[in-house]
Amino acid sequence: MTIPAHPAITRYEILETASEQVLEEGRGLTQEQLLEVLRLPDEALPAALQLAHEVRLRHCGEDVEVEGIISIKTGGCPEDCHFCSQSGLFDSPVRGVWLDIPELVKAAKETAATGATEFCIVAAVRGPDIKLMNQIKFAIDRINEAVEINIACSLGMLTQHQVDQLAAWGVHRYNHNLETARSYFPQVVTTHSYEERLETCAMVKAAGMELCCGALIGMGESLEQRAELAAQLAALEPHEVPLNFLNPRPGTPLENQGIMDGKDALRAIAAFRLAMPRTVLRYAGGRELTLGDLGTRDGLLGGINAVIVGNYLTTLGRPADADLNLLVELNMPIKEFQKSL
Amino acid sequence: MKTVPAAGGANGSSNGPFCGHCGGPDGGGLPASDEHRRCVELLTLEPPRYCANCRRRMKVQVTPAGWSAECSRHGVLIR
Repeated sequence: MTIPAHPAITRYEILETASEQVLEEGRGLTQEQLLEVLRLPDEALPAALQLAHEVRLRHCGEDVEVEGIISIKTGGCPEDCHFCSQSGLFDSPVRGVWLDIPELVKAAKETAATGATEFCIVAAVRGPDIKLMNQIKFAIDRINEAVEINIACSLGMLTQHQVDQLAAWGVHRYNHNLETARSYFPQVVTTHSYEERLETCAMVKAAGMELCCGALIGMGESLEQRAELAAQLAALEPHEVPLNFLNPRPGTPLENQGIMDGKDALRAIAAFRLAMPRTVLRYAGGRELTLGDLGTRDGLLGGINAVIVGNYLTTLGRPADADLNLLVELNMPIKEFQKSL
Repeated sequence: MKTVPAAGGANGSSNGPFCGHCGGPDGGGLPASDEHRRCVELLTLEPPRYCANCRRRMKVQVTPAGWSAECSRHGVLIR
């Protein structure tokens, strides 16, 4: 999707406010202000993306952080997140499968070879049991022996002891998404609460790990709830926010939810950047379906400063080379590896 | 367990009688029947979940650079 520059001279007050408040002063927009951004007409979208891009360059720099993700345990999850094909409660074609450690190490090497600095190990669980924690420890050790890459984990809700273990093992970032606004969460998940998610996020930050806390938009939430989500994420001050767009999965309660409009997705990208000027804002799942190839470019020029390269957990992404070549074309350097802990 | 080439047929897994995406009957023809054109498009965005030969659900592992799908009867597809 290409958003042409618009010659109109119409000024949008919210963008002028954002230019001063976010770009110059570094203060994110409030929930009410974010709603104004999300309600901007199509003709204002190029200006909103341009401002979001300037904010990203000013407060984050020109680097793009590249990450690969992999599922160590797929399917059979006891939770009922209505968007997820890995829930064992839905009639999804996804079967349960465990990845062995040599394959995991191979994937970490392949990911590092792309220039990625992050490798996130994900498990479809409510929270990790002792068996999974032991596997994670073993996997971390083997990956660290084989390749230089920062290891992140996403293992569901944690206990304080598990948080402490992961931090001690050198996990530098932990992913635990809010997914949607507090007011919409009960429509999407009934097997655990928003507060339980917040508790894990708080423990992760307190333990000194970087918090990766993301969003999944296009699940039927209103614009007000999208603004609410951006504000709630901003309040958490996460190091990273992965931004997912719903890819309706067969067999899930949201399988018949339409694919969100590409311009709405771009408005959301701009709004999330204007909510969180210093956060790593990562393109995650669903962008291929929602935005297509050209939308990837628009997002990278509209506030995004990180990408997941290659495939996702159960679906396929753009080839890594396609994204990496685009970064070269846009003259955006890949963030260099620095061991965080 | 044998390993077979991936995506040999229009249904995204092999040239069998079932659709690799939805598991429905597909006749194994090339190109895919109209009923499964959308499935074929989707198989560019996700690996097959059903064995095209027997319609069994496969064990699918996706990695950043590829995927494999294993049918307990017909072996492993790798791409």
